[in-house]
Amino acid sequence: MHGRVKLKSTAQQEEEKRKEREKKLKIYVAARDAIFTKRMEGVLDDEALQLTQQLLSSNPDFATLWNYRREILLHLETVREEDDVQKTYEAELLFLESCLKVNPKSYGSWHHRGWVSARLPRPDWARELGLCDRCLSLDDRNFHCWDYRRMVVKMSGVPVDQELQFTDRLIGSNFSNYSSWHYRSTLLPLLHPESPDPPSPCHQPSHSSPPPSPQTHSHRVCEEQLLKEYELVQNAFFTDPNDQSAWFYYRWLLGRAEREEMISCVFVSREEERVAVAFSRPVNASSSGLMLVLDGQPQRVEWRSVHPHFRHSPVWICELPPGTISDIINEHNLTVHWTEKHTHRDCALYTGRSESWCRDSATDQELFRSELSVEKTSVLQSELQSCNQLLELEPQNKWCLLTIVLLMRALDPLGYERETLSHFQTLKEVDSMRSAYYGDLCSKFMIENTILKMEYAEVRVFSLSDKNLTMLCHLDQLLLVTHINLSCNQLLRLPPQFAMLQCLEVLEADDNTIENLDGLYYLPKLQEVSLKNNQISKLSDLQLLTSCPKLTCLDLRGNPVTQIANIQSELTELLPSVTDLLI
Amino acid sequence: MAADNLPSEFDVIILGTGLSESVIAAACSRVGQRVLHVDRRNYYAGNWASFTFNGLLSWIEEYKQAGQSEEAVQEDWKEKLEEGEEALALSSMDTSISNLEVFCYASEEPEEEVNEAEAAAAAWSVPQTPDSEGEVERCLLESSSVEEEEPVVASDEASPASGPDAGAEHTQQEGQEGEVPSQAEETQGEEQQASPSPAESQPEPKKKITYTKIVKEGRRFNIDLVSKLMFSRGSLVDLLIKSNVSRYAEFKNVTRILTYRNGKVEQVPCSRADVFGSKQLTVVEKRMLMKFLTFCLDFEQHPEEYQDFSEHSFWDFLQTKKLTDNLQHFILHSIAMVIPEVCTVEGLRATQHFLRCLGRYGNTPFLFPLYGLGEIPQCFCRMCAVFGGIYCLRHSVQCLVLDKESGKCKAVIDTHGQRISCSHFVVEDGYIGADQRKNTDSRQISRAVLITDRSILPSDSEQQISLVTVPPVEPGGPLVRIIELCSSTMTCMLDTYLVHLTCSSASGSAQEDLAPVVSRLFYTPASPGEEPAEGEEESRGPTVLWALYFNMRDTSAVDRSSYDLPSNVHVCASPDTALGSDHSIKLAEAVFRQLLPDEEFCPPAPNPEDIIYDGEGPQGEGPGFEEAVPAEGAGVQGGESAERQEGKEAVEEAEGAGDAVTQETGAGDEPSPTSEE
Repeated sequence: MHGRVKLKSTAQQEEEKRKEREKKLKIYVAARDAIFTKRMEGVLDDEALQLTQQLLSSNPDFATLWNYRREILLHLETVREEDDVQKTYEAELLFLESCLKVNPKSYGSWHHRGWVSARLPRPDWARELGLCDRCLSLDDRNFHCWDYRRMVVKMSGVPVDQELQFTDRLIGSNFSNYSSWHYRSTLLPLLHPESPDPPSPCHQPSHSSPPPSPQTHSHRVCEEQLLKEYELVQNAFFTDPNDQSAWFYYRWLLGRAEREEMISCVFVSREEERVAVAFSRPVNASSSGLMLVLDGQPQRVEWRSVHPHFRHSPVWICELPPGTISDIINEHNLTVHWTEKHTHRDCALYTGRSESWCRDSATDQELFRSELSVEKTSVLQSELQSCNQLLELEPQNKWCLLTIVLLMRALDPLGYERETLSHFQTLKEVDSMRSAYYGDLCSKFMIENTILKMEYAEVRVFSLSDKNLTMLCHLDQLLLVTHINLSCNQLLRLPPQFAMLQCLEVLEADDNTIENLDGLYYLPKLQEVSLKNNQISKLSDLQLLTSCPKLTCLDLRGNPVTQIANIQSELTELLPSVTDLLI
Repeated sequence: MAADNLPSEFDVIILGTGLSESVIAAACSRVGQRVLHVDRRNYYAGNWASFTFNGLLSWIEEYKQAGQSEEAVQEDWKEKLEEGEEALALSSMDTSISNLEVFCYASEEPEEEVNEAEAAAAAWSVPQTPDSEGEVERCLLESSSVEEEEPVVASDEASPASGPDAGAEHTQQEGQEGEVPSQAEETQGEEQQASPSPAESQPEPKKKITYTKIVKEGRRFNIDLVSKLMFSRGSLVDLLIKSNVSRYAEFKNVTRILTYRNGKVEQVPCSRADVFGSKQLTVVEKRMLMKFLTFCLDFEQHPEEYQDFSEHSFWDFLQTKKLTDNLQHFILHSIAMVIPEVCTVEGLRATQHFLRCLGRYGNTPFLFPLYGLGEIPQCFCRMCAVFGGIYCLRHSVQCLVLDKESGKCKAVIDTHGQRISCSHFVVEDGYIGADQRKNTDSRQISRAVLITDRSILPSDSEQQISLVTVPPVEPGGPLVRIIELCSSTMTCMLDTYLVHLTCSSASGSAQEDLAPVVSRLFYTPASPGEEPAEGEEESRGPTVLWALYFNMRDTSAVDRSSYDLPSNVHVCASPDTALGSDHSIKLAEAVFRQLLPDEEFCPPAPNPEDIIYDGEGPQGEGPGFEEAVPAEGAGVQGGESAERQEGKEAVEEAEGAGDAVTQETGAGDEPSPTSEE
């Protein structure tokens, strides 16, 4: 057996390792105790620095020790010359580098590095950038390093275009990187702002000038650059259509800014002596900020949201003092001021009219070009073409399908309605785990389309029967609707938002699976409710109907609740005003 | 230690230090076999070797002369035979290398002495025809005399290799963008015969690569005889990792895959990042390519996609995949790297292998060992030595001693006339005499080695390692594989590139096979150091400074049964033409399995701290072992320290083993076989 190497047995090895570990633990605990004692005694010396260094180099996640080190370093700053302080901190950076090698994702080490870099009398930012680049080349998704790098960039004022090149590089080596794409989305508006002003080379944020249109255009990018970005991101999603990071960036590129907060509708009803105000976004108007001026006189009114659920709501209502506007021969002028945004809206209630309103219609606002921007139609059209090209190659790709749907909506929501519906059908099949999400999204789009059709027809009747709706939305847009038909859908409830339908007189919601009527709350004009074949099972579910003063017809046939004994008398007792009760 | 003191008994004697032999040696030694590993050459790795430039010149000379002189070590070994034994002589000559041709295009003088340089250049008259062997020899003689007579160093060559990266930053792009013509003009004025090279940096004067400089710097880089890459998930890499032999070497990632198409060298997008970044593909092509590659990655899961084509060629299959010409070319030649006629499943499997290797270590599927491929066999030899194997270079076996009755090999008689018994004998094909070959149906590999002045496809970085596939330039011609190495691989000096061309020989010599490709992709000056005409820089390829052509015998396809040899004699084939080394590794494993069917093949080497040294821990594994323990302990300890302290020296010694027989024992001192104690 010449030359045969003899090895320790596994048991031997383990025993040795165990002993080794025990020894290490002993040393570690002893050092830790020594450090804690020193700290309690308030000692801030080099020895403490050394001790903490020993422990931290094996366990860089011991936050208390970093804190202690900072105490010591702060103390040393006061007693040492600047050159010595510089040296001390440089040594600290070197030590931190070794800690990052032990654990490149240690919160403690990165935080401490940021702290040291900020305190260094003569910081070497180029070196720090180099360190970040090295770290990111090893792991391009190390968010600790991304955070630290952002700080370094900010402190050292790296030019924006250089940073954009940096993201080019990272995306080039691996485009599945949200951090890089996101970083681009923050850099591009700085480098290529959309405004007609010449692009400013430095950190001039573009939102310094107030936007002129209802859509704010801050954080938007000029069209020339956008086209380049479209090309870049298309390369990514054609290369790997299943990588969502590129699709999300694409959504951002195509997206538009949030709508500005403004009053979109004022409605006044003579009979109820009530004013309803709709905003473009949910606001909180309960305390102050919303002011009602009637015929030049500020009114002391109490604003409330349509449902006690909402502290923020797009629709707010108030009762005028009795007799203020009730006389039909009087003409009144109302102005609602939204002081938070220095905006207001007028509304006149003419003689002989029982109600009046003033508003922007959904069509005026291009409200439902949903998440996508109002870029030039030609651009969107060509984007739609490339996506369709991709879809031909990848008919099952959900990201592609969804993006096509969004592009179609941005271009022509009604014209593309049929194709949109069929894409949703495919989406539900290829991505069945998210079929409920697609159902909701499709409901949203169907509601939007119906609102558009209603606007074009200039009617106050809203019919959405048999549209596979799974949820209701945009109810603030239905403030003026008097008749609504929701029959033959898959609705589970009438949500609290339903209370925004302040003008509603007739509700048809047969053949759904509604089990909850939270939204039928203080609807002043509601007269008829038909809820045939739903899932209302308890008498208490109908309790809220008592808040609707004008309710006279109620059809509950085909609901479990009708099986309750004495239901007829119970209901008559609960809702004495209802004269036509069908059960 | 004198060679005649070799122990007289081994378990395995291995003749030849090529890759397969070295792996077998390491594997046997690792599981405790007594191994004697010898090679008649004075360097390791046989036809797998890597040489310094001067070493390569000596190698060329050796093979030129091999034809003339027989080795005169014929001793009378008859008396060593006992009754019932017969001898089987081995060949003392290596005939695996043929058609050697050397051409030098670099001017050979230091720049200062312009006139002399011209004169010398005139005397150099480059051989243009393949039959000018005499001239080549003269060139070689001259070159060596130049080396001896004029070791004078031109002053501006003082720091050629220092600051490799600083130099690398000045890209060839600069040179491309019109600066070279003006500079070239300048230099032409100053030095008539200077060879062109890319501008290094703006302020510094352009450095010329002269032959003198190559010879002078020649010690800094290693040139391979065999040009292969390592598939990141190939059997060689797996073995290096499994056996821990990888610790003896360093590797670099091949940085790009290129191909030659429509008269142009193009980059092949093969990784996801490449495809994303490619400017030459449309987005739709990107999708098609990615889709096809994704399918190949697990093609077995989708039999419906290719079943109908199992009888057809891969080329036919590609035609049906809605791929553009571009993509078909990339996939066939550069990713699958197969010929169009190959069957569909084989093409898919090759594509799959390529893709699986991709991204393990970098953006291409290949690794290249620093200092050349010749490092790899040496790494295995070192592993063998660490576990007690004994090494002798310049030492060979004259004949095998066969037992007449069993027909098996009992022993060998070495070139010193010593009889050494063994139970197995492993031998490189090159040592087998003509009598033992029944059907010598061997093929030939055509090789060219060029030193050039710039990359075949200049890019931002000068430090690129490129694999280039060149489809047949004319129908029926060979498919040529080019590997271009940059200076950071330690295979060439700064500002030059080492280019390997390889193909299976069609019929003629290496030069006949490869010169057409060389002339298409490179510029070969009419006379040494000649400047290209102005403005031609762009269209012309890199200038060839020095070129070597040769053929190497490829016995990888020869069946074992074609040899008339005893059953315990195992033959290792020479290197094959394939890009990877899988054949050699599989062969080594197969031989090992025959030798030691019950032992593990190259198990991981233990960590140094897990080895029991003398006097530590429980000793012995059973009765009868006690005696052996001290010797073993000493041997192991010696081996370990040799490994740790002398690590690199062992190989250096091996490389520079010109004098006497190099003998390494694991112990670092005399082996102490248990039988003697």
